[in-house]
Amino acid sequence: MKELSFGTLIAVFEEMMGRGLFWALVAVAALITLAYVYVLIRDRAVSWRKFLLAQLSMPVGAILAVLFVQYITHSGFRDVGGPVDAIIMLVIAILGAIGMAILVYTVQSLMRHSSSSEMP
Amino acid sequence: MNLDRRQFLALTGGGLIASQAGGSAAKAQAVKTSANIVILGVGAAGTALANRLSERLDGARITLVDARKEHLYQPGLSLVAAGLKPPGYVVSQTKQWLPSDVAWVEERAAQIDPESKKVTTEGGTTLEYDYLVVATGLVLDHDAIEGFSLDLVGTDGVGALYAGPQYAEKTWRAAQAFSEKGGVGLFTRPATEMKCAGAPLKHAFLIDDIARRAGNAGKTDMRYMANNNSLFGVPIVAEKVRMLFQHRGIAPVYSHVLKSIDPGARRAVFDTPDGQAEMDYDYIHVIPPQRAPDVVRNSGLSWADKWTDQGWVEADAKTMRHLRYPEIFAVGDVAGVPKGKTAASVKWQVPVVEDHLVAAIGGGEGTAVYNGYTSCPLITRIGRAMLIEFDYGNNLVPSFPGVIAPLEELWISWLMKEIALKATYNAMLRGRA
Repeated sequence: MKELSFGTLIAVFEEMMGRGLFWALVAVAALITLAYVYVLIRDRAVSWRKFLLAQLSMPVGAILAVLFVQYITHSGFRDVGGPVDAIIMLVIAILGAIGMAILVYTVQSLMRHSSSSEMP
Repeated sequence: MNLDRRQFLALTGGGLIASQAGGSAAKAQAVKTSANIVILGVGAAGTALANRLSERLDGARITLVDARKEHLYQPGLSLVAAGLKPPGYVVSQTKQWLPSDVAWVEERAAQIDPESKKVTTEGGTTLEYDYLVVATGLVLDHDAIEGFSLDLVGTDGVGALYAGPQYAEKTWRAAQAFSEKGGVGLFTRPATEMKCAGAPLKHAFLIDDIARRAGNAGKTDMRYMANNNSLFGVPIVAEKVRMLFQHRGIAPVYSHVLKSIDPGARRAVFDTPDGQAEMDYDYIHVIPPQRAPDVVRNSGLSWADKWTDQGWVEADAKTMRHLRYPEIFAVGDVAGVPKGKTAASVKWQVPVVEDHLVAAIGGGEGTAVYNGYTSCPLITRIGRAMLIEFDYGNNLVPSFPGVIAPLEELWISWLMKEIALKATYNAMLRGRA
């Protein structure tokens, strides 16, 4: 039981969020990823204008992710106590940023289907 | 309770990528048997073991015996007693955790006869067994504190967070009043073995932090009443706590064991090496002596030469197997091993019992060994904790060496306590962690 196990991880996630919510979130994440891959294939190129907007949204995603974790845990910036805490905060921020960027890019691509409006 | 690498990865989200699919295939094929297994207790240990045995055995008759219909997530009680979680946070229905193919006799065990391999319940039901697992937990001996009664909790500056979720909530009421008004706060612990020895320290740290945040640090006189000349059983942790107490202005008072309280006068009497000592208080947190239930103590399963006033089951420290009755195992709080009345201990002990029990059913010998691992997210203030992990030898055994320093107050340890711990505990109950 001390080895890393995929089954255990799934079990902990299910307990953390509830089975329904966890798998719903997995489905949503999978759908967004699929939609992202779909628009990349459909457009056959990265739209740099959409990518720029996606990049601009990254700090927002980072801040939201960090604040969300603090909100659900009775904690704040003053509780960062050692290097690993700073790293964890950074990891949470990066995950939030990447998630937000993918979301923003995908939503833009799905809403504005035409690639003719893109910069050359 | 501990969070190991898996929970850490779960917490950071990286684990899904890092871990390999198919880990659950590690489960051995179910062993066919008609063995009759009785488990006394539906707490963390009994429930987790029942779930694991149910997976591992095909055809076994597994019977759980316990009258408790509500399951308590005990690691959450310290959060309830600090006003951070509602009482309902720690309560669930026992039934929801039990596998469908086990029988549950909803009565307390009244008698164990290890010679004829029978258990009798308070309702008069007699159950025979091939293998018996004693997982009854322990009893809080509140009556041993003269003048104390559970009715007092929440009034006259009396707290007792271990007694259950409602009492933990009442404890918070008394502690909150103290954190606002100030005065002398006494944080006691018993001289017996006890559930997580970090709990009284956590309560002291949290109430100090709450008073401090309210700007009342100057009004409180916090005193931690150690039962012996140390603040914790592991020397290096005891020294760290001593330093933290010094920094926070919490005075350690050594070798003071609570004997009685006079709630009207708000006065406590302690047994000390120099006789009895009286102390006035405005808030007192009472943790009573803790013992094995009478059914265990009267069964002849207890140690004859150790913990004679407490009656823990005479079990091999490495295998959790009874030293005189090889078909009996003890797991969880009631086990007479030198460490670990915590949920983390249960998490490590249960697979060991499972291994030896399943091996015995197959006619062989198990190989799993319990090394005394236990752990405690030792909260030092709201938002920070130290992840203390140690074994029988008082060695620190950090799960994340070089990453999470065990004696450092960290935010990540708090995140684990607040986010991942209950999920991991629940997964453990289901036999999946």
